[in-house]
Amino acid sequence: MKGWLYLLPAVLFLGFFMIYPLIDVFVYSFEEGYNFASQTYFGTGTYNYKYVLRDPYFLQAVKNTFILVVITVPLSTGLALLISVGLSSIKPLRQLYQTVFFLPYVTNTLAVGLVFMILFKKTPYSDGFVNLLINWFGGKSVDFIDGPYWAKMFVLCLYTIWVVMPFKILILTSALASVNRQYYDAAKIDGTSGFRIFRKITLPMISPTIVYLIITGFIGAFKAYSDAVALFGTNLNGAQMNTIVGYVYDMLYGSSGGYPSYASAAAIILFIIVLTITCINLLVSKKHVHYIS
Amino acid sequence: MNQKTDLKKEKKPGDIKKTVGKGIIYLLLTLWALVVLFPFYWMILTSVKSYGTYNSEFIPKLFTLSPTIQNYVDAFTTVPLARYFLNTVIFTLITTGIMLVVTVLAAYAFARLNFRGKNLVFLLFLSLMMIPSELVIITNYVTVTSLDLRNTFTGLILPSVTSVFYIYLLKENFEQVPDQLYYAAKVDGTSDLKFLWKVMIPICKPTIVTITILKAIECWNSYVWPRLVTDNELYYLVSNGIQSIRENGFGRENIPAMMAAVVVISVPLIILFLVFRKTIMAGVSRGGTKG
Repeated sequence: MKGWLYLLPAVLFLGFFMIYPLIDVFVYSFEEGYNFASQTYFGTGTYNYKYVLRDPYFLQAVKNTFILVVITVPLSTGLALLISVGLSSIKPLRQLYQTVFFLPYVTNTLAVGLVFMILFKKTPYSDGFVNLLINWFGGKSVDFIDGPYWAKMFVLCLYTIWVVMPFKILILTSALASVNRQYYDAAKIDGTSGFRIFRKITLPMISPTIVYLIITGFIGAFKAYSDAVALFGTNLNGAQMNTIVGYVYDMLYGSSGGYPSYASAAAIILFIIVLTITCINLLVSKKHVHYIS
Repeated sequence: MNQKTDLKKEKKPGDIKKTVGKGIIYLLLTLWALVVLFPFYWMILTSVKSYGTYNSEFIPKLFTLSPTIQNYVDAFTTVPLARYFLNTVIFTLITTGIMLVVTVLAAYAFARLNFRGKNLVFLLFLSLMMIPSELVIITNYVTVTSLDLRNTFTGLILPSVTSVFYIYLLKENFEQVPDQLYYAAKVDGTSDLKFLWKVMIPICKPTIVTITILKAIECWNSYVWPRLVTDNELYYLVSNGIQSIRENGFGRENIPAMMAAVVVISVPLIILFLVFRKTIMAGVSRGGTKG
């Protein structure tokens, strides 16, 4: 059949690199004592899951990832909303601002992360730019890259927010632009105050977009990895800054690697966490979102 | 914040409150613009400071009076930056090229051709969009390793090709092309492949350009897969190159040279963005995601 012929390349690629691996990852996660070199294993069971759930590095990674999610998703969404509302209420220079705000989207996470590292790092030669600012305001220098846990977490959250903002601003600005002008005009005739208009008209009208951003934000933040590598280097366990995805890759590759079974178990645990959170998000949002067709 | 300004404007002279509101908005926007731009400024600034100057500034200076291009020379001579660059260009071009062929053919099959099981397969494709890459990357890594494809372009490219979402996007666009064109072409005895090439692709060019650019950005910035399958410097892409420069390039302290390398690998995408600004932003708001 001609249709299948046209579809063949896509089916081959997807079958080989997505569907087969998807089945295989579950198989791996239940194979105990899998040996990478000889591709053999002792037996099947849930030992891999038990091992991963008891591994202090994994627990640290889960803790880091949750902190990152809880801090960055609300902050970035709120800030993006603020900026987008500001953007849509001005005319001159709007395009310029929009272009500037989108820049982080097209930059290499690893490369710009290095710049953030230098801005925050304290070395024997210099305390770095951010510490200079802190000193100006009378504070003491902190090493944000090799220093205390919360300082490192702060930079990681900041950089994550910096990276995810362009997408959120873009989506929110187009949502705001699509709100029907007539609602505003009607409200204005009634003499409604600006804040009330925002709360009673704008917010409900764009609530589906906000929910979409929160859900994709949660999913994205749970998969955080390269931001952390950019700031703290590849030895994330040593820096106490590993994420769940980082743990998966560390199990697979590098000095601590060679354990695809543990990696698979960890990846599946991550998938279950993300799925659960997404379902909760959808259930909660169903109550609060106004869908208008 | 101040939604008042969104209303039809009737400029009343002396409306101070409105002016103050505007002022606050511009202040906020400018503040965020500074946060966005400052890292870029800092990387360019640092990249033109000489090694000696940089290290003698205990309090970093916000400008330099004696810019140098020595760091850029170092970036290309002491580490194989040109090699990373070339690898990334090859990787991006081939991956995007194969992706385009696969995507166009599949989208055409879903949009225009009829065959048994089409709806079922399409549903399967859609459900694949929800699969996170972290789940499949493990097996892909094992597969590529056991096929002895580590440190080859084949191993880098093949698992990176497929993007279900782009097939979906293009299929939607193909379906908007009127049926009459197809029937007319069929009456004239035009083959499907010729029709696709001569009619469908030209009509849907904007969408094709969009997915090409989005895929190219994705390729240029990809880090995880290249890191897993390459440990030979000859096959590093720019992301991995930057990481290796950071960990053992230049000697850890030569930060100006590092920043020069960062500038070099950031510039192509920024130029691409400035040229295709509208296309990229429209494309991303139709369904790009990051992070």
